[in-house]
Amino acid sequence: MTMIPALELKNVSKSFVGVTALRDVSLKVNEGEVLCLLGDNGAGKSTLIKILSGVHQPTTGALLVNGEEHRFTGPHEALQAGIATVHQSGGTVPLMTVGRNFFLGEEPTRGRGIFRHFDRKLAEQVALEELRSLGITNVTNGAALVGGMSGGERQALSIARAMYFGAKVLILDEPTAALGVKEASKVLHLVVQAQMRGVAVVLVTHNVHHALAVGDHFAVLIRGTMADEWSKGERKREQVLDLMAGGEAMGDLEDELREVRARGVAPQEKVGNEHVR
Amino acid sequence: MATTLEAPARDTVNVRRSLTNMIYRPEFSVLIGFIAIYVFFLVTTQPVFHSLAGTSTWIDPAAELGIVSIPVGFLMIAGEFDLSVGSVVAFSSMFLAAWVGYFHYNIWLGLAIDVVLAALVGLTNGILVTRTKLPSFIVTLGTQLLLTGITLGGSTVITGSSSIDMTATAPVRALFSSNWNQFNVSILWLAGIAVLGHHILTNTRTGNWITAIGGDIETANRAGVQTARVRIGLFISTSVAAALVGIIQAVEYNGSAASNGQVYVFNAIIAAVIGGVLLTGGFGTIIGVVLGAMTYQLVTQGIYFTGWDTDWSNALIGGLLLLAVLSNNWFRKATIARGVKKGS
Repeated sequence: MTMIPALELKNVSKSFVGVTALRDVSLKVNEGEVLCLLGDNGAGKSTLIKILSGVHQPTTGALLVNGEEHRFTGPHEALQAGIATVHQSGGTVPLMTVGRNFFLGEEPTRGRGIFRHFDRKLAEQVALEELRSLGITNVTNGAALVGGMSGGERQALSIARAMYFGAKVLILDEPTAALGVKEASKVLHLVVQAQMRGVAVVLVTHNVHHALAVGDHFAVLIRGTMADEWSKGERKREQVLDLMAGGEAMGDLEDELREVRARGVAPQEKVGNEHVR
Repeated sequence: MATTLEAPARDTVNVRRSLTNMIYRPEFSVLIGFIAIYVFFLVTTQPVFHSLAGTSTWIDPAAELGIVSIPVGFLMIAGEFDLSVGSVVAFSSMFLAAWVGYFHYNIWLGLAIDVVLAALVGLTNGILVTRTKLPSFIVTLGTQLLLTGITLGGSTVITGSSSIDMTATAPVRALFSSNWNQFNVSILWLAGIAVLGHHILTNTRTGNWITAIGGDIETANRAGVQTARVRIGLFISTSVAAALVGIIQAVEYNGSAASNGQVYVFNAIIAAVIGGVLLTGGFGTIIGVVLGAMTYQLVTQGIYFTGWDTDWSNALIGGLLLLAVLSNNWFRKATIARGVKKGS
């Protein structure tokens, strides 16, 4: 049985005036799977995310959702097709309450005509329930400002929100980059939660350990092209780390640093250091 | 077990909790400031300041300032400024005075056209800001100067004067300048606008969008909020509110001068800031803005009753503004730090 991927890119290239950001990139992710997209800064990850989330359109190639080709004219269309993107900053407004953030743009209302009003109680209640279902039990007040929540909890709020509004594909853009170890593991738990609910997850990261912890499939972008791709267990951690660091480049750097050390520290700096001590 | 033990104490806990909730409301520090300043003048001024007549000397201007400050506050919550309100007050009062006092046309038609023209100014501001993505501070400063010049130049060319007398018909007077003792009907206008504004900000989807736009416009965009449309609507509301004040003043003073209204350029913003609106957007309350306008006029008028040299009044307002910003800042941080656990 062959599965129809929830989201697929076929031979996608993207060029901006004079610059090719992506060259012939193909990838797919099935429902209930986590695809980890690895790459260094400037490798084209951001461009790829923008294509997946409908901000940019591919110059050539196709984007398929459930096997059907789509050309999004904006992020809202991608959202309607079930593709939700959660950005690094968390996509929350710090000075608004948990309930208001959760339903931003989709606020539940009560009453009719001029009596139609935002149902604050319901919003806060649902937001808390959804957070709790993702294992976030620390947040117990839906009327509290999001600014008081930790980075991981904010990510959880965005992810919970995306799933509540029916996301089939969840694109997470560097969700762990700005977080400490504990918070990052909280977010990785969320990724698994989403996956278990049948959501197709695209996890974009440059942290190999985080990727290996949750990924089913992996793809590495280097300078706009797909440098390597594999499934879980097909590569060793060292191989991946090496690939990510750009193998040769890392070796060169080690040589260079050795040379610097051999040359010794400049005398005047030495004096300065002793002075400090 | 634990719940049965807590049960009898529940009422007191609830009372205490709602008291703490009140203290952490953003308006609370504004209210405290207002009361403190009122007590200050209670001690330092002659008793006449606290009579009905004395109270009307600051309540009446506070009402007119509040009418402009509420929509300006809304706009600031959405992260934008409108400095053009002063010129709209001048233009709308001059337009009505010329329409009625110089051309002797029908006053109701004049009122309607006045409001439509003001809305067009707001629409222009809104479109310019949202399309060009230039800071609204500069765009509206431009329209402020432009419209001030047009008002003065236009009235001199057309009517040969920069001030025009007019008399409004009785029903129009009743609507815009009737009095109870010395309390002007503008207080009722303010009350209506404040209730409507408070409802919109706290109880409607639009209110949620306004706060989100000022808090993080990218997030609002991604959530599907029509950020440009909402802001254009807010620019229209500030202009229409400014026109209402222009109309009230023209009817009340039986005419207008082209130099009218310039005090609103910064006073509306000052009132909003004293009232707890965050200068960078995303936070504020309408009750706070109303209290801010009242505090501002209490200070500017109160100083006349102290017998002190009024040369000092700006220094007092400046100090007040700084204090307000500091205390609001502190209270906001405290509200956030209060955490996400209930009752902690």
